[in-house]
Parts: sequence; structure tokens; C-alpha cells
Amino acid sequence: MIRINCPFCGERDHSEFTYGGDASIVYPALDASEEEWHDAVYLRENIRGMQSETWHHVSGCRMWLVVQRDTVTHEIRSVRAAHEDYAKLFSDPAEEQS
Amino acid sequence: MTRYSAWSVIKNGFSGQKNWSRVWRDPEPKSEYDTIIVGGGLHGLATAYYLAKNHGMKNIAVVEKGWLGGGNGGRNTTIVRSNYMMPGSRFFYEHSLKLWEQLSHELNYNVMFSQRAHISLLHSPAARDATARRYNTMRLTGTDAEIWSLDQLKGAVPHLNYDNARFPIIGAAVQRRAGTARHDAVAWGYARAADQLGVDILQNCEVTGVRRGNGKITGLQTSRGDISANKVGFAVAGNTSRLWQMAELGKLPIESHKLQAFVSEPLKPLLDQVVVFGVGGAHFYISQSDKGGMVFGGDLDWYKSYAQRGNLPIVQDVCEAATSILPCLGRVRLLRHWAGVMDMSMDGSPFICKTPIENLYLNAGWNYGGFKASPASGWYFADLIANDRPNPVIEGYNLQRFERGVNIDERGAGPDPKLHG
Repeated sequence: MIRINCPFCGERDHSEFTYGGDASIVYPALDASEEEWHDAVYLRENIRGMQSETWHHVSGCRMWLVVQRDTVTHEIRSVRAAHEDYAKLFSDPAEEQS
Repeated sequence: MTRYSAWSVIKNGFSGQKNWSRVWRDPEPKSEYDTIIVGGGLHGLATAYYLAKNHGMKNIAVVEKGWLGGGNGGRNTTIVRSNYMMPGSRFFYEHSLKLWEQLSHELNYNVMFSQRAHISLLHSPAARDATARRYNTMRLTGTDAEIWSLDQLKGAVPHLNYDNARFPIIGAAVQRRAGTARHDAVAWGYARAADQLGVDILQNCEVTGVRRGNGKITGLQTSRGDISANKVGFAVAGNTSRLWQMAELGKLPIESHKLQAFVSEPLKPLLDQVVVFGVGGAHFYISQSDKGGMVFGGDLDWYKSYAQRGNLPIVQDVCEAATSILPCLGRVRLLRHWAGVMDMSMDGSPFICKTPIENLYLNAGWNYGGFKASPASGWYFADLIANDRPNPVIEGYNLQRFERGVNIDERGAGPDPKLHG
């Protein structure tokens, strides 16, 4: 079992989450060339080692997270909210000022 | 090398079975080969065998980083079938099944191929209609396929859970010529037969670099020294992307995921066929080995991984599916489970194709389907390497199909590799 330290809920079993996929993919503009879209949709670096990936805390806070995880050892280096704006909404204002 | 026969068993019996010859040689790598196949799994070994057998090629090596069949060749549920509908796959898998039917004789090695029938359970009229369409399409081109009524199914497999309100069984889709084979024997059989035709099988020989010059591959750097080659074929499912990047070719439409399989303690004969249960998110397939173990599997572990070990939530999922369809297994103990690293491709179909480098050929992307495909995969990959053009049967298995919008998506799951189970 992988344990993911959700910034909103704390450390939980990975079975509470759904795996999203490679977080390094940035979709091009809608009117970008077919080639750019092909590369974004179909091609993968398929890293063996540390990679950034998205997970959805579907049985918890339902937030999307960006996790850095080793694809060989499953060791997790970092977890953060995928959308910084949401992270701010949920963070404690008193803590931010200090 | 000894040719195996009843006579050879009797003869060796007189000397206490101590004088059998080696099954294959253990040669030192030469400095140069005409053709090198990277990957000593089922696909690589089959390719080397057919290169020598069908195309009379000489001076071939198979390089393997570990031991033969230590990857996915030994990490699967041994199911062989050809119930594919898409034109790009139907003829390929049917050819593979025909090769399986002759394989033990062809290789002079008992691969224990058992055509015990493959039974996919049907749970709704809609599923039955969709499957009837698929199976009728298969019949049009000569693949055997049947739709069974509930009574017929109860006669053949009496101990399924027929009193199941959540997943009522209404019949089954059956391929009688499908079945199982002994996975290790397939690797050993191909290795022995290839070795007899002069192929050098180099184990513990890991590729660490790819040498390039003049737009071609000139050779491979390995843990047992540099080896030059005129033609190179990659057949390393699971680690294709790594090798591809060693050749400086960039990205591939492949993700590596792990798939678990399970075996129980041995039981007396219980299940004569392969039974598949897939409805409402469950995915489960089971058969019984000759030793009596129930061999079964289910879904991927759902996240990308190169680790050859499985996670526990999937153990639970698969065992839930097992007991929901075969409640009689409830008290059976699990003996072991293991995971293989799959090349999951973007449409669930493989690649047997040429590459941007003229003397490099690719065999990859086998998803869940690699075991059953191995004879035909070797057959057509050898044909591609020998003749430098794809056979029409595998023309669709190229890397350009996504650009051209001609994906071969048997399941209709879209470009998400983990969904092509």
C-alpha cells in the first residue's frame, strides 16, 4: 500500500485515491497543430524513476493532487494541491500571516 | 542435443536420467552478429527461432538481462485465445492460435497446450447482443465461436454462482479452441529450438547503451561487452521506453503498468475451462493448472510502475471477484501472487513495426495480450526483420496509427493506457 500525505486530509492509503497520470503533460492551445495535439495526447516519456503525476482524492476531499513518486520503489517525495488557488482557499489565513 | 521422444525417455531411464544433454548452450558473446534481438522473453525467443527457421538467417543472438522467461513470460495467467473482432487484430490472433495448436510438435517440446475452452460469462441482454456481434464477426473469418444458453453453461460449469442477484448470469460466449499452456515450457521450448538452429542465447547480458552512426544502429553496449550488429530488434515489453530512450528516439505511445496474477494451493480437479467474469467494474479470469492450483487474475494496479510486485487493494478486489462468482473458493488459501510490468499502449494494441532508424525494428505494447500472441508475434516480427517490410496482417501495428486516426481499440476505451485491460 502506498501512503499519500494529502495536504487537506493528512496521510491516507492510496486506495482512497484515483491515479490521474503524468502531471508533466501540458495540453496545447485548442487551435494548435495536429502534431502538437498528437504528442500531448498519445506520447509519454514513461519515466523509470521519480516522476510527477496527478492523483484524485476521490474518497476524501475530492481534490486533485500533484505527487512526485518513484515508479520503481514507489517512494513519495512530495505532495501538493494541483490547483494552487484552491490550496489558498483552504489554508488557514492566520498561518499565512505568521 | 537429444531429440525428445518416448524412446529417449526409456533410454535415459536405464542410466538413472543422469545423461540428458544440455537443453541449450551457454555461449560467450561474439563481437558481431547479423541480427540481435534484445529481450529473451517469449517474443524475443520466438522471433529468433522463426528468423532461423522460416527465413534461413544465420548469426543471430538473443540478449537477455536476466534469465529466460524471467519477465512477463513467467508472469502471466497462461490464457490462449483468439476472440478478437477488429480487422487489425483478428487475423493476427487467429494465426497465433493455429501456431499454438502445432507448437509442441513444431518445437519437439511439450508446452502443455490444453484447448479446454474459454468461457466469458454474460450478465445482461445488452452484453449478449454486443458479444454475439463480436463472435459472429469472428466466425465470418473462420475463428470458432459460440453463444451458450444458461442451461448449456450450467451443464458445463455447474458450480458458478447462479443465484446472484447483483450479477445474474444469463449465458456465455465461448471459444472452444482457446485454453491454456505452460508458460515456462514455451520459453524453454523456443530457446531450445532456436539454439539448435544456431542462435546464440546470451543470458545475464543487459543492454546498457545503443551505438549509432550514419543514421543507423551499429551495435549495442552490454554488461558482457560491446556487440556489433547489422539489424537490431527490440522485444522487451515493460522496459521498451527505456531502450527507446537509449537509442535517443524520444517518447512512445506506451506506459508501463503492473498486472498481478495469483495462484492458490493445489485442489482436486474443480474447473475444466477458462472462465472470465467481467461486469460492473469487476474483471476476473480463472483456470486450474495441471498441478491443481487455481490460476487467476484481474485488473492492473491502476498506477504507473516498473516494480515487479503487486499492491494489496488489488489482491482484495480480485479475491472479491473470485468469491462472488465461485463462492466455493471462499476457504481456499492463496499460495502466491506476482506482478509483471506491462507495456500498456494508447489503444490496447501492440506494435510490430519499423522505426525511425532503418535497421532497428520494434516489437512492443502487448498490454494484457502478450502470452497468447507470442508465437505469431515472433512469426511476423521475424518476417518484418528478414524482409524489411511489414506483412499485411500486422500493417496496422505501427507507430503512426495515432497520427492517422486508425487506432485499433478493441475495447473502445480511448487514449488512456490503464483502461485497456
